Amino acid sequence: MQLQQMYQEIILDHYKNPHGRGLRDPFDAESFQVNPTCGDEVTLRVRLDGGTVADVSYEGQGCSISQASTSVLTDLVVGRSLADALAKFDAFQELMHARGAVEPDEDVLEDGIAFAGVAKYPARVKCALLGWMAFKDAAAKAAEETSR
Amino acid sequence: MTAVTAPLDVDALRADFPILSRTVRDGKRLVYLDSGATSQRPNQVLDAERAFLATHNAAVHRGAHQLAEEATDAYESARARIAAFVGTSADELVFTKNATEGINLVAYAMGNAATAGPEAARFVLGPGDEIVVTEMEHHANLVPWQQVAQRTGATLRWFAVTDEGRLDLSDVDSLVTPRTKVLAFTHQSNVLGTVNPVAALVAKAREVGALTVLDACQSVPHSPVDFAALGVDFAVFSSHKMLGPYGLGVLYGRRELLAALPPFLTGGSMIETVEMARSTFAPPPQRFEAGTPMTSQAVGLGAAVDYLSALGMDRVAAHEHALTVAALDGLAEIPGVRVVGPADGVDRGGAVSFVVDGIHPHDVGQVLDDQGVAVRVGHHCAWPLHRRLGVPASARASFYVYNDLADVEAFLAGVRETKRFFGVA
Repeated sequence: MQLQQMYQEIILDHYKNPHGRGLRDPFDAESFQVNPTCGDEVTLRVRLDGGTVADVSYEGQGCSISQASTSVLTDLVVGRSLADALAKFDAFQELMHARGAVEPDEDVLEDGIAFAGVAKYPARVKCALLGWMAFKDAAAKAAEETSR
Repeated sequence: MTAVTAPLDVDALRADFPILSRTVRDGKRLVYLDSGATSQRPNQVLDAERAFLATHNAAVHRGAHQLAEEATDAYESARARIAAFVGTSADELVFTKNATEGINLVAYAMGNAATAGPEAARFVLGPGDEIVVTEMEHHANLVPWQQVAQRTGATLRWFAVTDEGRLDLSDVDSLVTPRTKVLAFTHQSNVLGTVNPVAALVAKAREVGALTVLDACQSVPHSPVDFAALGVDFAVFSSHKMLGPYGLGVLYGRRELLAALPPFLTGGSMIETVEMARSTFAPPPQRFEAGTPMTSQAVGLGAAVDYLSALGMDRVAAHEHALTVAALDGLAEIPGVRVVGPADGVDRGGAVSFVVDGIHPHDVGQVLDDQGVAVRVGHHCAWPLHRRLGVPASARASFYVYNDLADVEAFLAGVRETKRFFGVA
């Protein structure tokens, strides 16, 4: 059944027990993203410390896919250099747009590889990317903010 | 009046819809419960479009050759049959690219009234004027009014929705006043299924001299609707939601109103005379049909209303009512499921939206899809309504002539499977 490919245990675990959830201070920049087709939304904050992603905190409402992928995001990027974090963004985005044609690199994406099955459902790709888009936006603003 | 009519022979009519014989998601029977978004098309409609294009195709209302005559006759014959289907006549029916454009046509034309002639004075909007809508509108009957209010300085106001999903009419006298120029509302909510009290709202609007604009997209396909009897000033509906082709909406306007309304889109076909500096415009409906019209689509919609008329709209409505009540009763028996909208079948059409505790509607839709059951998920272009009801989104099953009780059973089984899959008690 295809459904199990999409809803991997890892995804359901992150959905039921999200990591890093809740908005925290201090932060350097915040991004609000909404999926206009379904109304799902996320507010996500980024704090940088030098070149390192010191914290990512978020609040939002949405489906299991969007909530779980944001949870996975925090695991992947917090504590990394901004450059590493953005490389992970690129890898995740590539995976989600590949419709199952890209073999995900577990060393790079860790739990994020569980979303390979989601990529086969084009209508859900936006769900998986919602929090990641917020991260990219907030990280860019934070980098600008902290370089002033 | 209790008409004694035989129920629809769903098994027989399903054979008219080729798409219903395909399977989805690894061989599952397609249970199509998304007709509120778009309906499927019977062979009779597909064949009518093809036959028109294969034998009569030409540009209508121009040219004097035989094909041009035949094409014009086919287009205007479709208009007359579609008009009769909704209790009106051909000169009161305008073809647009979709129902959304029909509402925009009225809103933009009213916005243009200030610079049109004196006959358009009754349409002029400005500061102090009010446009009243409802909280349950599809975005198509909300955003155009927001925009025209912004452009003209008019004020937008709205009826609230009760917890049960009905219009809150308690403040009707303070909302609809002599300041009200337009009262725009849906006949039947695309989310809640609620059928609004058109007669009472029209009476109130007339009392204060306001124009009524009815969004009939979810009523005309599913029940007998007579715009003249309803007494509305304008109404819109959509071809593709009633077995017809995409790319075609219908705007009804009372004859004397269309005659005084300035144009929205301008160009070829809609003129009377054109000089380099100025133009005059054709009488309705041509005045509102700039450019080459959607001809084969209108012919297709003509075939669709023939098809629906042959079934009988009373029977269609009774059939869908039975399915709706079965779905509502079935959902009521599943713990943790909440219907968004009236819980019984009274004054209610066949859109059944619901939420499942602990499972996001997207995820509900995904599990249903895996069972072959196609429903809509999201806010269904009614974001303010969802906000009002305190849910970010909902899943919606909607029924039509080709659905049967087996589809309802498959849907209910799918909802139960969703709860099992996500481990929600």
